[in-house]
Amino acid sequence: MAAKKFPIEAGHIMMFARAVGDPNPIYHDADAAADTEPGNVIAPPTFYQSSAQYDPDYFLRPKIGEPWFGSGKNPTGVPPKRTGGDGGTGLHAEQRFEYFRHVSPGETLTIKTRPGKTWERQGKRGGKLTFSENITEYFDESGELVVRATGVGVRTEKVVESD
Amino acid sequence: MALQASKIQVGDTHTQKLTDDLSRTQIVQYAGASGDYNPLHSDEIFTTKVAGYPTVFAHGMLTMGMTGRMVTDYVGDGRLTAYGVRFTRQVWPGDALTATAKIDAVREEDGQNLVDLSVSTVNQDGDVVVMGKATAKIDP
Repeated sequence: MAAKKFPIEAGHIMMFARAVGDPNPIYHDADAAADTEPGNVIAPPTFYQSSAQYDPDYFLRPKIGEPWFGSGKNPTGVPPKRTGGDGGTGLHAEQRFEYFRHVSPGETLTIKTRPGKTWERQGKRGGKLTFSENITEYFDESGELVVRATGVGVRTEKVVESD
Repeated sequence: MALQASKIQVGDTHTQKLTDDLSRTQIVQYAGASGDYNPLHSDEIFTTKVAGYPTVFAHGMLTMGMTGRMVTDYVGDGRLTAYGVRFTRQVWPGDALTATAKIDAVREEDGQNLVDLSVSTVNQDGDVVVMGKATAKIDP
């Protein structure tokens, strides 16, 4: 399901830091990073989420040769109710990271995921809300836990209206 | 560069502007870098006609990542031990975002000085879009 290996690459960190609008040289300039306390390029705090790039089955990336649910000829490339939600939407409710060490390019992390808690709540506008936790742990080559990421997803019964 | 326990106190705040005008292109950049290509974030036709939203909106993780810049600029490089947020409101193209950290506690654990922060980011209307906590190692 999830990626098993996550190679930490300098170019990936540079592009990720640009995307989140962080110009800190420690994310793109190895010479400047050598003079900082970590002494090397490190990954920005939320970089670990981009391990999705290495998940062969990641459902939010188009697969070569397969229909995609975004628009092309039609507003969606797949029949509606693909996910079984009755017009509802899955959204990211919460994300937490615990850092035991900050990683640098050249390392390859091993990933283990497991489900966490699941709970329900009545929403104000979206009907019943179902929350579920997913825990992703990243280990270095010596087997030490370096980062634990806990994501909480929420599925709504109806489309969430904006204010 | 790191914070010093002797020079900060509970209640201190640090505020940083993250963007004046979030572009659709930055959202696309984030999709490319993170690998999250959910069409809700870049595909106007899918998002309006199929999903029923007024327009595309930012990944929550983009707002968390942008807010992370404020946190690491404040506490120093490689100092974070924990960072978590709840996504409280959608962020739309054109939004202006400002992030603030407030010191909740300055403490010591196993001889290491730590700071606990409340973190929040607001849009141009003052509505909170993410809120959460962070903890970082600091100097004495």
